[in-house]
Amino acid sequence: MPRWLRHTLLTVVPVIAAAALLPLGYSNQLLLFNFVVFLTLAQGVNVIYGFTGYLPFGYVGFFGAGAYGFSLCVLHLHMAPLAALGVGAAAAILLGLLLTPLLRLSGAYFAIANLAASLAVYQVVSNPNLENITKGPYGISLSGVFNPTLAYSVAVLILAATLGLAVYLRNSRFGLSLQAIREDAISASMAGIDVVRSRTLAWLLSALVAGLSGGVFAWYVSVFYPETVFSPEFSIFAIVFALFGGVATVTGPILGVIILYGIYNAIGISTPQYFQLLYGLLIMGLVLFLPNGLVSLFKRWGIDVP
Amino acid sequence: MLEYSLLAGLVFGLYFCLVGLGLNLVFGVMRIVNLAHGDFLMLGAFGAFWLFNLSGLNPVWSVFIMLAVFTALGLPLYYLLVPRLQRAKDPEMLSIILFFGLSQVIEALATIVFGPSERSIPGRVFGSGPVSLLGQSLPAAWIASAIASGVAVLFIYLYLYRTRLGYLTRAVMVHREEALATGIDVDRVSAIAFGIGIALAAIAGVFAPFMLGSVTPAMGPDINIQSFAVIVVGSLGNPLGTILGGIVYGISLAFMQSYFSSWANLLPYVLLIFILLVRPSGLLGRQVRSA
Repeated sequence: MPRWLRHTLLTVVPVIAAAALLPLGYSNQLLLFNFVVFLTLAQGVNVIYGFTGYLPFGYVGFFGAGAYGFSLCVLHLHMAPLAALGVGAAAAILLGLLLTPLLRLSGAYFAIANLAASLAVYQVVSNPNLENITKGPYGISLSGVFNPTLAYSVAVLILAATLGLAVYLRNSRFGLSLQAIREDAISASMAGIDVVRSRTLAWLLSALVAGLSGGVFAWYVSVFYPETVFSPEFSIFAIVFALFGGVATVTGPILGVIILYGIYNAIGISTPQYFQLLYGLLIMGLVLFLPNGLVSLFKRWGIDVP
Repeated sequence: MLEYSLLAGLVFGLYFCLVGLGLNLVFGVMRIVNLAHGDFLMLGAFGAFWLFNLSGLNPVWSVFIMLAVFTALGLPLYYLLVPRLQRAKDPEMLSIILFFGLSQVIEALATIVFGPSERSIPGRVFGSGPVSLLGQSLPAAWIASAIASGVAVLFIYLYLYRTRLGYLTRAVMVHREEALATGIDVDRVSAIAFGIGIALAAIAGVFAPFMLGSVTPAMGPDINIQSFAVIVVGSLGNPLGTILGGIVYGISLAFMQSYFSSWANLLPYVLLIFILLVRPSGLLGRQVRSA
């Protein structure tokens, strides 16, 4: 059996099956939907951070761009939700293109500039002067297209495609060349990899994933404020979940979301400060003692993790 | 209006030097990004608030208490976190994540201990009524904060350029490995710089209730971005560049607030991205871009 097929059977198939079948027996669909969104976002972070080495501290910018791209098309142009979803994804890719110059920055500078960029987009969208276009800080209501069941199914499809992308990167030449860029961009270019083209492509793919998820999030919740879809928590959670499980694998971010987002839902909603304390300590312990995440433990024991 | 913006900008600029200085010192010496900088500032602000509320202590005296407490806190914290981090493959990148974790821990503990509500210290502790300066009248608390910031910056200058320890510190900034090879105790020098760095944040925190509005446990991340804007404009890793960065930032902020007030919030982000892309080394400084 080829490696990619084994990886698909071990990761994509069970996750998608669970996401598709759980709503039949479990009534809290919103919780499942949030899991699907974070599973998608964590893989999106994996594409750009795990494989390519750029830490997207402002990843939520793409999510918000997707949500607003979707909503504004529905509000002003009365588009059908699926078409609007395409526009949301396009908005995220456009923002990604606008931010490609940031990829010239290295390490920490990129992370900070990306954070600043996402906050700048938030400030523009929520500015009261633009109320006629974006509804400013007063939020968006899309009751006309409210259809949680369909939105949930689309979200699961997006997750399936994203997981497929992760499996592809894990098993392809392109994924390998991204990892070479992450390790040493100069050597990678000496080896014949088009560094600029590859990293730009990874960046835009990662933006696309977040944009689609943002659009489907807007569709599912249908009433939200700019601070909801531009909340830095989306970037931070997605990064921490991916790191906790272990990046540059397919399994790592999945494990991270299931464990940490599970804990969050158990204690984080009633007592957010205790969850914040716990995950702050987890992050610190992780960086100091297990910088490659949970799955690196399996690798240490000689098990090949998808 | 013009004179007022310029003067208020200068006053805020001096204060923003102090806000960014500690972050830049830590970055310059250790090449790590202290994302918990804003949270140490928050702790300093809460310290001053409690000292004022419990014993009526004037914030000017809190400065000295904060300096002692946070320098003492910084030394063990350095040895706990940084040497282990420096052994990793990419310390600069990992430091962002590590100190982000620390910032979450501090924010969570502060929320548990102090509660999430907003706190402030009345500005009249620095005397009632505005102070008239060059024909403009400014709140007395602003002037006091600006003077305190100026004095702190001066002390850092004296420490770096007029003491033996400062000389060693600058050696570590220029080249960590060579400093180590010439027999400098790099860890000790760095630990002291780290202590001073977070003490500077805490001192800036003492004046935060007057300059930045009321303080809450969640204020840290916002301060971080502003500090980054300040030090990136000046120059990363060059503490004295922070002075220029602070003043440029303060004056731009004052002008934005006077003339385009609804877009003023955008300033730190746009300035940060613009400088990183156009002149990544800051107005005075060295190369940071790669590939």
